[in-house]
Amino acid sequence: MKIRTGIVRSCLIVAFGAGLTVATGVQAAELEVLHWWTAGGEAKSAAELKKILESKGHKWKDFAVAGGGGENAMTVLKSRVVSGNPPAAAQIKGPSIGEWGAEGVLSNLDEVAKAGGWDGLLPPVVTKVMKHDGHYVAVPVNVHRVNWMWANPEVFKKAGVEIPKTWDEFPAAAEKIQKAGFVPVAHGGQPWQDFTVFESIALGVGGADFYRKALVELDQATLKGATMEKVFTTFAGVRKYTDKDSANRVWNQATGMIINGKAAMQFMGDWAKGEFSSAGKTPGKDYVCVAAPGSAEAFTFNIDSLVMFEQSSGDVRKGQQDLATAVMSPAFQEVFNLNKGSIPARMNMNLDKFDDCAKLSARDFEAAAKRGALVPSIAHQMAVPAATAGAMQDVVTQFFNSANMKPKDAAEKLARAALTK
Amino acid sequence: MDLTAQRVTLAGDAGAGAEAKPRLADRIDAWLPKIVLAPTFVCALVFIYGYILWTAVLSVTPSRMLPKYEFAGIVQYEALFGNERWWLALKNLALFGGTFVLVCLAVGLLLAILLDQKIRGEGFIRSIYLYPMALSFIVTGTAWKWILNPELGIERLLHDWGFENARFDWLIDPEMAIYTVVVAAVWQSSGFVMALFLAGLRGIDDSIIKAAQVDGASMPTIYRRIIIPSLRPVFFSSFMILTHIAVKSFDLVMALTNGGPGFASDVPATFMYAFAFTRNQIGLGAASAMMMLMIVVAVIVPFMYSELRRPRNG
Repeated sequence: MKIRTGIVRSCLIVAFGAGLTVATGVQAAELEVLHWWTAGGEAKSAAELKKILESKGHKWKDFAVAGGGGENAMTVLKSRVVSGNPPAAAQIKGPSIGEWGAEGVLSNLDEVAKAGGWDGLLPPVVTKVMKHDGHYVAVPVNVHRVNWMWANPEVFKKAGVEIPKTWDEFPAAAEKIQKAGFVPVAHGGQPWQDFTVFESIALGVGGADFYRKALVELDQATLKGATMEKVFTTFAGVRKYTDKDSANRVWNQATGMIINGKAAMQFMGDWAKGEFSSAGKTPGKDYVCVAAPGSAEAFTFNIDSLVMFEQSSGDVRKGQQDLATAVMSPAFQEVFNLNKGSIPARMNMNLDKFDDCAKLSARDFEAAAKRGALVPSIAHQMAVPAATAGAMQDVVTQFFNSANMKPKDAAEKLARAALTK
Repeated sequence: MDLTAQRVTLAGDAGAGAEAKPRLADRIDAWLPKIVLAPTFVCALVFIYGYILWTAVLSVTPSRMLPKYEFAGIVQYEALFGNERWWLALKNLALFGGTFVLVCLAVGLLLAILLDQKIRGEGFIRSIYLYPMALSFIVTGTAWKWILNPELGIERLLHDWGFENARFDWLIDPEMAIYTVVVAAVWQSSGFVMALFLAGLRGIDDSIIKAAQVDGASMPTIYRRIIIPSLRPVFFSSFMILTHIAVKSFDLVMALTNGGPGFASDVPATFMYAFAFTRNQIGLGAASAMMMLMIVVAVIVPFMYSELRRPRNG
């Protein structure tokens, strides 16, 4: 019985957490931060935050729980909160912020936000995610763009085609690439990757307004509509151009196929850039970053943020406020995002040190915010609660993996899944 | 405990002339087993039965991200049985469990009978077949993932040998993916079942077989009418072990297919993990965990009952 071991483990964690309470009681001004920035560039970024905080006289207590998507970290966090001993700060994002807010365990950051003028620095779409019941409870660390397409220009040149700008151009280009002996689309057949490609197609085919109505507001008519059918048809078209080996491949292996020149394009968020950088590739020359077909005007965002948990010690509360201020400071936003591949969450920053992809991303971010084409990524838990997003992801991945499901039926099913509470 | 108590009284009686109370050493003798067993007993009580109870409680609450103790009736069970993915997980469990147990028993018995023919190097061969059992399911899953990968493993090998049209892509076929789990699980567990059967075969009285031979029975008949029926208790224990391996299978599926393609090879354990821990639906996860417990109970209890009631002879 797996659940048994799971429960035993969480009990140990609770017991361990109780032990920590005693330990933290001795040094009151210690700030415990739960995060999963454990991989290369991310770990470097977290170390910067620690440095800034220590320069302000606080003690940083690292509480890193490895595991990319933060699943493990969330399990640990739940047991800590249930045992009445939450960490000072934790990395939580998207609608989960609201879910934690509803539990009444988050501390209010309005004062810091007012002093720092956050309302003027962040686009309203972003502040909406950071607030619960109209109060700031989270501070944004970075902005990832999800609707990217990473392409190998060499492969395109050998196949003699241009990089497709719309989904209508896509099939012809992919066909030629396949004929030239390359894999047109590097893909990893895991549900979240299927969903990532799907949302980029939805944005490219239907535009930002359609995306918002269907995948953020979950409007039933839009979910069942003709545009959604077209999205699914296009999605099925992409499947044809992935290779046989894609089943259960992790995303960075797929990125590796672009790097080695085995495949032509990948639809993935800008964390993929780290893979290119560590392989010593330069943007614009060895690889190009362009918006996924048809979505150059729009921007699907995935924002990491830190939330602060209600604490009894005044020293720790002071530390939390300093932490929030530090996270929003231009110095931290720059150095953190340079390491992580994303762009700063605050607007109007000097981006001279960033590469071309990040500059393009920042430009599109501000333009999309003005145009109202800035939308939260559903595949990365920014748009709807986890239960709903999960049910919809099930439909998308089921459609992608079954050859005989009709786009119309898939749209109907997706609409039904959107009702999951 | 009764025996120990009796012995203490006897010892007390022996020294009755000197003093009425049992000696210290005897008392320690009586208490030591209880003291030594107590931690294990308490652990089992709390960490197994206590948490089964907790899971049962959670399954009738509306808990989402954190446990919430309000009674909500059977809404979680209703949601569970309205969930298409759960039905697929159950179907997969039936397919996987059924094929896995049957194939394992058949392969294990066959290997055991072949090994029992007094062949040379038996010990060596036996260890070879037993070795997969020493691996964890994660290792087995990862190795078979590579072996079954169409462009890396068997299919590639067949192509390289010149069978250009050979196809073996179960791993990426949503209909067949669950059978790759069967292949890997059988590979890992059949050696163990073989060892169990082998022990059973060795325990059969030689004289019965000799008597049958004198009566002119052929070898197949002897196996069919005498040897295999007398292995009944071994079938019983193997069945019990294999069934619970099947129901709790989690790590193998995680390593081999990760529930994919899509969620085509989901089983109840992976379903439970996904819903309770990543989708903030603890109540639903708890309901599915309770259903898993029910499956085990439903399969094993009647079987155990009928087996244990049977009078033991031999």
